[in-house]
Amino acid sequence: MLQFMIRRVGWSLLTIWLISLVCFFIIQAPPGDFVSVLMANAEADGRRLTAQQVEVLRERYNLDQPWYSQYWAWISGIITQGDFGYSFRWNRPAVDVIMEHLPFTLLLAGGAMFLTWIIAFAIGIYTAVKRYSIGDYFWTFVGFIGLSVPNFVLALVFMYVAFRYFDMSVGGLFSPEYVEADWSVARALDLLQNLAIPALIIATAGTAGLIRITRANLSDELTQPYVVAARARGQKENVLLMRYPVRAAMNPFISTIGYAIPSVISGEVIVSSVLSLPTTGPVLLGALRNQDMYLAGSFLLILGVLTVVGTVISDLVLAWADPRVRRQHSGAAQ
Amino acid sequence: MTTLEGPIPEEPAGRGTPGPQGSQGEQAASSSKNTKKDAGTRSSGSLIWRRFKRHKLAVVSLWIVIGVYLIAIFADVIAPRPAGDYNPDYPYVPPQSITLTDPGDGRGLGLYVHGYTQELDPVSWNRYYTEDPDELHKLGFFVESGHDYRFLGLFETDRKLFAPEDADAPFFLMGADANGRDIFSRVIYGTQISMSIGLIGVVLSLVIGITLGAAAGFFRGPVDAFIQRITELFMSLPSIPLWMALAAAIPREWGPLTIYFAITVLLSLIGWTSLAREVRGRVLTLRSEDYVVAARLDGASRYRVIRRHILPSLTSHIIASVTLAVPAMILAETSLSFLGLGLQPPIVSWGVLLQEAQNIRSVLTAPWLLIVPSAAVVIATLALNFLGDGLRDAADPYGGAVK
Repeated sequence: MLQFMIRRVGWSLLTIWLISLVCFFIIQAPPGDFVSVLMANAEADGRRLTAQQVEVLRERYNLDQPWYSQYWAWISGIITQGDFGYSFRWNRPAVDVIMEHLPFTLLLAGGAMFLTWIIAFAIGIYTAVKRYSIGDYFWTFVGFIGLSVPNFVLALVFMYVAFRYFDMSVGGLFSPEYVEADWSVARALDLLQNLAIPALIIATAGTAGLIRITRANLSDELTQPYVVAARARGQKENVLLMRYPVRAAMNPFISTIGYAIPSVISGEVIVSSVLSLPTTGPVLLGALRNQDMYLAGSFLLILGVLTVVGTVISDLVLAWADPRVRRQHSGAAQ
Repeated sequence: MTTLEGPIPEEPAGRGTPGPQGSQGEQAASSSKNTKKDAGTRSSGSLIWRRFKRHKLAVVSLWIVIGVYLIAIFADVIAPRPAGDYNPDYPYVPPQSITLTDPGDGRGLGLYVHGYTQELDPVSWNRYYTEDPDELHKLGFFVESGHDYRFLGLFETDRKLFAPEDADAPFFLMGADANGRDIFSRVIYGTQISMSIGLIGVVLSLVIGITLGAAAGFFRGPVDAFIQRITELFMSLPSIPLWMALAAAIPREWGPLTIYFAITVLLSLIGWTSLAREVRGRVLTLRSEDYVVAARLDGASRYRVIRRHILPSLTSHIIASVTLAVPAMILAETSLSFLGLGLQPPIVSWGVLLQEAQNIRSVLTAPWLLIVPSAAVVIATLALNFLGDGLRDAADPYGGAVK
C-alpha cells in the first residue's frame, strides 16, 4: 500500500509538471509578449512606460531568452516566491487576484460535488434495484434532463424566474445588506443560502453520469452468483444489497469522483459567469477575452493542480476500498 | 465461477455466441415466439436489437435522433429563410400563431398567419407588437420563396417546405432577434453545425480513446504508466477553462470553416480521456477474468486476446460512453460559443444563437431567444442520452439472460 502511494504521488508530481508546461504555452500562445502587451495597454491609457521599466520587466521574465529559460523564470518564481506574474488588467499581481476569488470557487465546487454525490448515490442504487420500474424511468428521466440542459440555460432560467416572479435580482454571493459587512454567523449563513442554488445548478450536470454508471455497475453486480448465494442463505435483501453488490459497484463510483472535480469546476466557470458570482470563473473568462495571459495561465495552473490532488485522493481511496486495484498496482511494480 | 460449469448447451443463451445449430435453429427462431428456447441460435445483433426494443424511451429517442439528423440534412428546405436573412422592420418580433381560417377574399380556407402592427414607445424606444387581425398571409407547402439554394448539392431551387405564399410576408413562427432574423430558420440551420460537431468530434476521440485505453489496460507496466500520465494530464485540466484558453488562442482571422474544424479538433482532443480511462479500468478487470487468463495460457497472441476476448465484453461500455460523448460534445460547443469563445457568427450553431440570450435583459425582452435554441439543445441531447442508455442496456450480455 505504501509503495503504491509513493508511486502514485510521484506520478502526480510529473503530471503537475506537464500541466505547468501546458499552462506556460497557453500563456505564450497570443502574439506578442507580456511586456509589449503591457506597453500597448499603458499607451492606450495615455501613460508611457519608461525604457528602464521595460528593461527591468524584460529581464524579470527572461523575455529575450529562449522559451525554456522563460519557463524556468516563470515556474521558479511561482515555487520560490509565489510570484504568478502580473495581471495588467487588474494592475495587480496575479496571485492577489486569484487568492481573492479562489475560496468562493472551492466552496461552490465543494458544495456542488457534495450534492452530486448524494443525489447520484441514492438515485443510482434505487434505479438499479428497481430496474425498468416506473420509478426507474422517472428518476432516470430527471437525471437525464439535468444532463441535457446546459448549465448556463438553467442559470438563465433561474434568473428569469427569480426576476420575473419573485422580483429578486440574482447575482453575487451575498444579499445586499451583507456585501460590505464583516464576517459573522449571519453573513456566513447568507453566503451558504446564496450558494445553494448555483451549487445545485452545477450538480445537475454531473449527477446523470454518475447515476448511469452506478446503475450499470450495480445491475451487473446484482446478477453475480455471490448475490444469489447470499440470498439463498436467507440474508435480508437490504442488508445483502449494501453489504456486497453496492460495495463492489462503488469501485467505478469512487474513481469517477476524481474526474468529477474538473467537470464541477468547468460548470462553475460557466454558471458563475452567467450569475456574475465573484468566483474564479468570470475572472478567468475576462482574462482570456482580454488576453491577460499571466492571470489566465495561473488560474489554469492552480485549477489543474487542485484537480490532480483530487484525482490522487480518489485513486488512493479506490485502492483502499478495492484490494484488487491495490494488488494489481503492486503487481506492476514488481 | 463460469469455468466450473463446463460446456452446458444452454450456456450461450443471451451471450450471443453464434450457435453451431445452423439453419435449423434459424427456422426455429423465426417461427417460435419463445425467447428462452431460440435465444441461443440468434445472432448477437438480433438479440441486442430485441433487448433494445424493450426500452421504449430509447426506441422513441432513436426516431427523434434520426429526425434531428434529417432536419440537419434538409435544413435548406425546412428553414423558411436563409440563416443570415434579416428584416430591420421586425426587431424582437414575438412568435406568430398559425390559424386555420377563410378570410373570404377568394384565397380560400387554409393556414394563415397574421401580420403585425407596431407601436413605438416614444420614451423608451421599445417596440410593442400586436397581431393585426385584418392582415392575413396565406401559408403553403413547397412554395417559392425567392431564396435560391442547391438541394443536397444536386439542383437549384427556391421551394421551401412550409412558408408564406407571398415571399415578403412576415413569417416568424418562433419570433425574431434584434436584427429581425427568424429564430426558427436559424435554429434549423444551427442543427447542421451543432449535430455535425458532435458526430465528428466523437469519431476523433473514439479512435484516440479506445486505442490508448485498451493498450494501457492490457499491457500495463510502462505503457500503462505513460498513457495514464497523458490521460491524467488532460483530465486534470478542467475542460471548459482549457477549451476556453485554447479557443481563445485560435486566431480570429481564420475563416469560419477553419475555426469550425479547429473547435472540433479541440473538443475531441480533450474529450477522449474519459473514454480511455473507462476502457482501461474495464480492461484491467477483464484481463484477470478466467476466460481471458485461459485464452492467454492457451497461447493466444496478445492481439487475439484483445480482439476476441476483451473487446467484445467492452462493447457495451464503449457504446455507452460514445453515446454519452456526442451530447457532451454538443453541450461543450454550445457552452463555448455561448461564452463567445467558440464558433463565431456568421456561422450559426445553437450556442451562437444562445449568445444573444446572454444577459437577463435580453431574456426578459425576448424570452424566445433563450427558449427556442435551448429547446433544440435539450431535445437533441436528451434523445441521444436515452438512445445511448437503451443501447447500453441492450448490449449488456447479462441483462437479457436474467430477465
